[in-house]
Amino acid sequence: MNWEAFWLTVRLAAIVATLLVVIGIPIAYWLTYSRWRWKFLAEAAVALPIVLPPTVLGFYVLVALGSRSPLGRWWESLTGHTLAFTFEGLVIGSLLYSLPFAVQPFAASFGAVDRTLLQASASLGHSPRQTFRRIVLPLSKAGLITGFALSFAHTLGEFGVVLMVGGDIPGVTRTLSIDIYDQVQAANYSSANQTALLLLVVSFFILSIVFGLNRYGLHRPAWTLSPWR
Amino acid sequence: MAVKVPLAPPAALTMSPQPISSDLEVRIRKRFPHPEGSFHLNVHFRALAGFTILFGASGAGKTTLLDCVAGLANPDDGRIAIGGEDLYDAEKKLNVVAWKRNIGYVHQDLALFPHLTAEENVAYGLRKLSAAERKIRSREMLEAFRIEHLRDRRPAQISGGERQRVALARALVSEPRALLLDEPLSALDRPTKSSLVGDLRKWNQNHRVPILFVTHNGEEVFALGDEVIILDAGKIVAQGLPHDVMRAPRLETVANLAGFENIFDASVVALHEARGTMTCHLRKGTVELETPLVRAEVGSLLRVGIQAGDLLLATEEPHGLSARNILPGTIRRLVQRDVIIAAIVECGGADFEVHLTLAARDSLQLRPGQAVWVVVKTHSCHLMGV
Repeated sequence: MNWEAFWLTVRLAAIVATLLVVIGIPIAYWLTYSRWRWKFLAEAAVALPIVLPPTVLGFYVLVALGSRSPLGRWWESLTGHTLAFTFEGLVIGSLLYSLPFAVQPFAASFGAVDRTLLQASASLGHSPRQTFRRIVLPLSKAGLITGFALSFAHTLGEFGVVLMVGGDIPGVTRTLSIDIYDQVQAANYSSANQTALLLLVVSFFILSIVFGLNRYGLHRPAWTLSPWR
Repeated sequence: MAVKVPLAPPAALTMSPQPISSDLEVRIRKRFPHPEGSFHLNVHFRALAGFTILFGASGAGKTTLLDCVAGLANPDDGRIAIGGEDLYDAEKKLNVVAWKRNIGYVHQDLALFPHLTAEENVAYGLRKLSAAERKIRSREMLEAFRIEHLRDRRPAQISGGERQRVALARALVSEPRALLLDEPLSALDRPTKSSLVGDLRKWNQNHRVPILFVTHNGEEVFALGDEVIILDAGKIVAQGLPHDVMRAPRLETVANLAGFENIFDASVVALHEARGTMTCHLRKGTVELETPLVRAEVGSLLRVGIQAGDLLLATEEPHGLSARNILPGTIRRLVQRDVIIAAIVECGGADFEVHLTLAARDSLQLRPGQAVWVVVKTHSCHLMGV
């Protein structure tokens, strides 16, 4: 069992899932309430990582991070090294890769909040932003937890993007799924099996939390868990 | 249809203790969706401090009108002002956003925040006050509406009537400049209704704001009404005191809305000018009714509207009554509606609907097929043009 790869993977997934809550909430807010006529294009773009081969996404991220792109050059001038084949580069690639797994549950739960509650809040003197903070977010708690858990689990198991963007540098970009690949290449099947089993168990555990939560949320109001204030 | 809108009598203004006018003036046009195609809301009225009832069938545009006043929907044209201050003016391209209007709105489904307790719901509108003041004010309001014992409960944990009280307290605690109530009493039983209305009236004695009260229940109109506005398909078809507008309808829409369960086509047979009455023959069947005299010629057609609650039922032929019309008939059906029994009685080819109490049905031992007499007072017959 490669514990270095394990902790690296957990750290990556935790950072990505946390950042996705921060980035995903405004994106989901916009997708839920915008009346822009071309909004469906944005929705399709956000959902793209679900269907795109990870190697395609990874390839473009690699190009964007490399020293030939403006972004890559800007980062290089700032830090003295490129983003490609670094942990930060991995975070950026993973953010894009797991974006729909956070944004879609967020947007679905925002959209499920009864419109008359928003109207009542407006009549009581609250701006849309205040209403969002005090009514929509607390009532979307199950969706927020689902989005966090799904993007965490999805990042745990990614392979293609990591390989393209991060390569296979022990302690920097070698995640569990890459480690499994390496072990299989070296015909080290029992070690590969250990790691694979661990990923399987952890992923199942996280998904059962998500589904359990949704079931719980259906039968009782989610806010009975503990008020989010 | 051109609608001439008489402004409410100025007498009501002088009764107001407030020197500054708090009138709500609404003159708007708006297209709104309706199951039978799209309608135009086209209204002009002024609501003074106190209750103004908006009465009309569902789909008449009542809720759309409230949404426009609250700023939740945008009119296509016109002006909305309160106390002389514009909230919306199409000409000036002015449209104050909903959260800056300070207009209380109680939705039909109340829209209480499910994740907040009753007290937190009430305090929600006091955003600008300090936490301590918020607490004092919301406790006062909970007390005024007799729900202080529920303050730590969530909406799901209290009864329907209590929820109405929380919703009203929440809308009133921030001292709105006007109050919009969208059928807030429809789900309540009668005693709960009247105690809630009493508390609302008490509150308004000190605040004197215009209250637009939407209902499609004729009984509520009489119970509350200072002024009633009748909406039909987006237009005001009648306006005035409930008694004038509802009891002597000149328009058939009003009659239908006002709950005239019995509407008959009839022709004038004879005029009795000395008695102030006339005899009308119902087009269907053989019944003749003595009705109040109106300016009509023998042979002219008109409609007679009679409220089911104004009719009497007798199991033996009555004698010595002042009522002019005593019609023999047969009970066809007895239907229970809530706490009322509707008896459908066939008299000479015409079906009359008579409303009775449960006690009356039991003590008279009424059953279908029974021979009865329907008693119709002359002045219970309301005449309308065809």
